[in-house]
Amino acid sequence: MSGFGGFVLRRAVGTVVTLLAISVIVYVVFYATPGNVAQITCGPRCSPEQVHQVAQQLRLDDPLYVRYWQFLVGLVAGQDYSTGTSVEHCSAPCLGLSYQSDQQVMSIILTKLPVSLSLVLGAMVLWLVLGVGTGVLSAWRRGRFTERLLTALTLAGWATPVFVIGLVLMIVVCGELQLLPFPQYVNFTDDPEQWAWNLLLPWLSLALIEAAAFARMTRASMLETLAEDHIRTFRAYGVAERTIVGRHALRGALAPVIALNANNVGSAIGGAVLTETLFGLPGIGQELVHAVDVVDLPVVVGMVLVIGFFVVLANALADVLYALADRRVVLT
Amino acid sequence: MSEALVAAETPGTGIEPVPGVSGARQFWRRLRAQRAALVAAAVVALLILVALGAPLLTAIEGQDPTTYHPSLIDSARGGVPIGSFGGIGGHHWLGVEPQTGRDLFARLVYGARVSLGVAFAATVIQLLVGVVMGIASALGSGWVDQLLSRITDIFVAMPLMIMALALLAIVPSSFPRPVLVTLVIGFIAWGNIAKIVRAQTLTLKGLDYVSAARLSGWGTWRIARRELLPGLAAPIITYAAILMPVNISIEAALSFLGVGVKPPTPSWGQMLTAADVWYQAAPQYLLLPAGSLFVTVLALTVLGDGVRTALDPRAASRLSIGTGRKREAKAAKGETEAGKSASAVGKAATEAGNGTTEAGKEGSA
Repeated sequence: MSGFGGFVLRRAVGTVVTLLAISVIVYVVFYATPGNVAQITCGPRCSPEQVHQVAQQLRLDDPLYVRYWQFLVGLVAGQDYSTGTSVEHCSAPCLGLSYQSDQQVMSIILTKLPVSLSLVLGAMVLWLVLGVGTGVLSAWRRGRFTERLLTALTLAGWATPVFVIGLVLMIVVCGELQLLPFPQYVNFTDDPEQWAWNLLLPWLSLALIEAAAFARMTRASMLETLAEDHIRTFRAYGVAERTIVGRHALRGALAPVIALNANNVGSAIGGAVLTETLFGLPGIGQELVHAVDVVDLPVVVGMVLVIGFFVVLANALADVLYALADRRVVLT
Repeated sequence: MSEALVAAETPGTGIEPVPGVSGARQFWRRLRAQRAALVAAAVVALLILVALGAPLLTAIEGQDPTTYHPSLIDSARGGVPIGSFGGIGGHHWLGVEPQTGRDLFARLVYGARVSLGVAFAATVIQLLVGVVMGIASALGSGWVDQLLSRITDIFVAMPLMIMALALLAIVPSSFPRPVLVTLVIGFIAWGNIAKIVRAQTLTLKGLDYVSAARLSGWGTWRIARRELLPGLAAPIITYAAILMPVNISIEAALSFLGVGVKPPTPSWGQMLTAADVWYQAAPQYLLLPAGSLFVTVLALTVLGDGVRTALDPRAASRLSIGTGRKREAKAAKGETEAGKSASAVGKAATEAGNGTTEAGKEGSA
């Protein structure tokens, strides 16, 4: 167990190092860009006075590493910003201020996060069930019609861009058949039932795409497990095929699927950005696209860092989960 | 079920460690044995022809992708194209765009240029960076390997869509967008290929023929080029085949979000941005780019699966898409002269296969 503890510790240290490295890269890329940093940070629609104010707040006379250090300090201990007339306190973890909406980046992210979490977590349940189910079924029915059909469907799901599936679903279900109204986000705390109904299509379109990858992965992993000796032993003992596939093989095949799911967080967030934009869900994805549109740099940088944080954390978690699920994994 | 067992337990009908003529011939034979891959290859070839011949095709049609035709749209009805089926006719083979009246056929074929071109160029950059980083870190001494592996890890952890969105925000709009999208994809998403190349190089490094080369005094560069690269060809080609469709999806997604390729340059993703409002009045405005994307990604994916099957039949028997397995088995019979490093190469290709799912995710993103 000490080996495992050490492994977790090394992973944790590695995660922190990776996060710091990403923050340095992001900071340097965005704040060391040629041109008037204050103008870019403030956005094209800022007045000269605002630009001047931003330049002061960013302490543009200081060298870059000093500013980065200030940023880190703000992240850990919070920071005070003067808004010209008053001093605004930005408590830790502080990601700075948006100069266009005069809001703290962290509070913008926090108000948008529930929407994105609703979308991604709900879709995740769907894609795991759909993907693993399809994968198991097509491994079990190998060479039969069922497998061919599922393989074709999986490929089709794989090849369709998420926004095309979303568009088609919206047009068919909401436009033509009028089964559902066009999605409009409702808070879970306001009305759980409406929340679910309005998220149904976004969930489906995100999940269908992701499920395809999981189906491929599960199928491959199942076939590998089904070819192992212990499964042959079960078969020789006359254990029912259903039990072999559903209980014994699935257990062995799930480890890589778990790892894939955690490794997948980054791309799932990418998919969520598209889904949110398409369905007009007010989540962090839509906010990021908006911030990019109006060049609200503090918001962009803050979001990249927060999303990167989740992705790196999930990757580290995946490694640990993988090691837990499959003890044959060599811990390095 | 027994088929699965047999397939998985057949000893590796591996690839030649050094692809001479026979290796390449084997590859083609195995690729030809798969009907789906052949069809996909034909579709891909056709798409490439269309992309390359875009100026010629539009010249035959007599249109270009950027000219507005205000006379062809009905401004009284909000910009719907005049005529049935969105204005399809002899002059405009696929009709015109709502609101602007730009020729849809011309935009579609020029869009193929942008979509395929960006994806291909990005793939080349990813491979170059990934292969150099992978080989360098496998051959480098302890701390070089540590450093390069760390850097690779950081790039693996970077969410491509998010980084791309953010980066595209700060670059001045005077910079040509297709080039920018290519560079962003190419220089961010090379982490997985570097990891695969590193693992494979470490395996090859320990093999006798590489040791022999080292003992006879060859330099690192010469060994890498002459002894390692041929052994790396299989996983690299496999991974390249996976990356192409993924990159197409990413370009489409970025352009769809309005930060990738911008009008008037046509790209399939960007054509879709405005299409959803027009699906009733001009359905082909939505269906053509969507269908093109679907067919392209599907064909490239099936071709990629076929290439993987041809390069590593053993891994493919677990991952294959279920076509041509019997014919492939027949073709592979008598080719059981498994090279010494065959299983090693197979392993790396399998790893590349697992990368599919990972990389594919970014694509679906």
